Amino acid sequence: MMISLKGIHKTYKGAQPLHVLKGIDLNIEEGEFVAIMGASGSGKSTLLNILGILDDYDEGEYTLNGTLIKDLSETKAAEYRNRMIGFVFQSFNLIPYKDAMENVALPLFYQGVSRRKRNELALEYLDKVGLKDWAHHLPSEMSGGQKQRVAIARALITHPQIILADEPTGALDSKTTVEVMELLKDLNKQGLTIVVVTHEQDVGEQTNRIIHIVDGQIV
Amino acid sequence: MKTSTTQFFNPARLFDRDQWEEIFDSLSRNKTRTFLTAFGIFWGVFMLVLLMGGGQGLQSMLATNFAGFANNSGFIMANSTSEAYKGFKKGRKWQIETADLPLIRSSVPEIDILSPMLGSWGNTATYSNNKSNVSVQGKYPDADLIDDPKIKQGRGLNDVDVQQQRKVCVVGTRIVEELFTKGEDPLGKFIAVNGIYYQIVGVSNKSGNGISIGGNATTTVHIPYTTMQNAYNRGNDIDILCLTAREGYKMSDIQKKVERVLKRKHLIHPDDTQAVVKVNAEAIFSMVDNLFAGVSILVWMIGLGTLFAGAIGVSNIMVVTVKERTTEIGIRRAIGATPNDILAMIMSESIVLTLIAGMSGIVFAVLILQVVEQSVQADTPGAVFQITFAIAVGAALMLTTLGVLAGLAPTLRAMQIKPVDAMRED
Repeated sequence: MMISLKGIHKTYKGAQPLHVLKGIDLNIEEGEFVAIMGASGSGKSTLLNILGILDDYDEGEYTLNGTLIKDLSETKAAEYRNRMIGFVFQSFNLIPYKDAMENVALPLFYQGVSRRKRNELALEYLDKVGLKDWAHHLPSEMSGGQKQRVAIARALITHPQIILADEPTGALDSKTTVEVMELLKDLNKQGLTIVVVTHEQDVGEQTNRIIHIVDGQIV
Repeated sequence: MKTSTTQFFNPARLFDRDQWEEIFDSLSRNKTRTFLTAFGIFWGVFMLVLLMGGGQGLQSMLATNFAGFANNSGFIMANSTSEAYKGFKKGRKWQIETADLPLIRSSVPEIDILSPMLGSWGNTATYSNNKSNVSVQGKYPDADLIDDPKIKQGRGLNDVDVQQQRKVCVVGTRIVEELFTKGEDPLGKFIAVNGIYYQIVGVSNKSGNGISIGGNATTTVHIPYTTMQNAYNRGNDIDILCLTAREGYKMSDIQKKVERVLKRKHLIHPDDTQAVVKVNAEAIFSMVDNLFAGVSILVWMIGLGTLFAGAIGVSNIMVVTVKERTTEIGIRRAIGATPNDILAMIMSESIVLTLIAGMSGIVFAVLILQVVEQSVQADTPGAVFQITFAIAVGAALMLTTLGVLAGLAPTLRAMQIKPVDAMRED
């Protein structure tokens, strides 16, 4: 079992407490390609944040590849994120003043990998996503599809257990959407577990399993 | 989630080329802003070091000029009276006399050195065909303890000279220049002052810039007191009474006591403020000391104030920078940067910026001080404008501290950025 959620509850405290997740139970096996779908405000982003150890939950249990993820310190959470999870964001989230290679290499910087080794690996992963020739281009010099492929290379470089993609095609046109989805499907075929959050039906349909969230519960 | 404070940041990373590249990358991305921020620190340190060096230089210039002059000394001279007293009209001229000396000694035991002096101004000294305008001073050897003639050639006057009323003299540098050709040895030569010949036994090296008793030391001929008494027919007169205070006594108190003794003996009205002239070198020295203490406080206030303003500038700019970099920091946190990594990143930027700017300030100020020192030392050899290495090191340490302090606010802000901030759309 790669991901196991048991009775996850999450309430945003405030003047008016917002009960966002109301008892989520979810199992995702290794090698699965899963889409989480739901309307905005359904809690799908919160669920993704919890899966990505970006946010804490109030009740329940989350185990990622056998490791219990609960009440972690910021430092520990950062370390787990770095080693276990690869993120792909809707707005790519590349660092604008670093070139493609440096962006891909960045997660390894926080692992203390030497510069030479890092850049070597980064070039290797850029090659895998077909962008080796773009290694020394800044994000501003690349198209949306290229940027998303750089982001995927960055997500892959630490050999994560899962790839979490938050609306990975949300900012792309239909042609590049196909490119990026083909790439994700390819990675999945190589055995990677991938979770995609999306509200686009045709993106969801390309995965193995669709999980619908409505009002903080899986239906 | 709790913020871990167990580890600060990995010191090994300090020597990692990446850490430095990250810092310089981010500093060089907005060159104008970085430059303007750095200039605040630069200017603060520059001013502080320059003013410190300048103050110290002026002080050492004065100290050089004052060197060899007893700072616990005082002088008393006679002047015409301004009050009628016991049948004497006002405006009477009187003289301090040798007979007053034992009386002063016995009634004012706080006095250490008590040395009488005679003076004559506007004399002409001649040697072969050369002439020089000089003043003549008759004195005892112990006057040298108050005003060191800084003998550069030969010897000073001694007790035997006084006892035997020898016609010997010690002359200032200007007199030697005017009377003798360059390279000629003045020692042993006889110069005539008002028709009387004196043999030169010593040359004083005192400069004309400092303070000295009885006028410019470079144009003074010093002769034994007893010789002057006879040569100028001065009888028992004393022109200047030189005193020093014993340890722990104040010159102003001693001078008041001496004044009282003299007034009683010479029948001068006790309230006459003009008849006894007192010069208190101790008071002058302490005034100069206070002046420089004040200057130094001012220097520190201005320098530190400017520096502090510079540091606040750095802090402000970096807070803005951090705000602009919220997404970037969020991304870094999401892909594995710990809060300590972020702390190290922002802190080191602040420290590096402050240090580079500050060091340039120190270097620039040191260069200017060096130029000033070299040009001043041509005239005043003892003047020291340059700051010491220890002060420079101290300034560097202070800058590092300042960098840390300036980095505090932006760092705290950056540490509050959560990785989710990268997920949100901007």
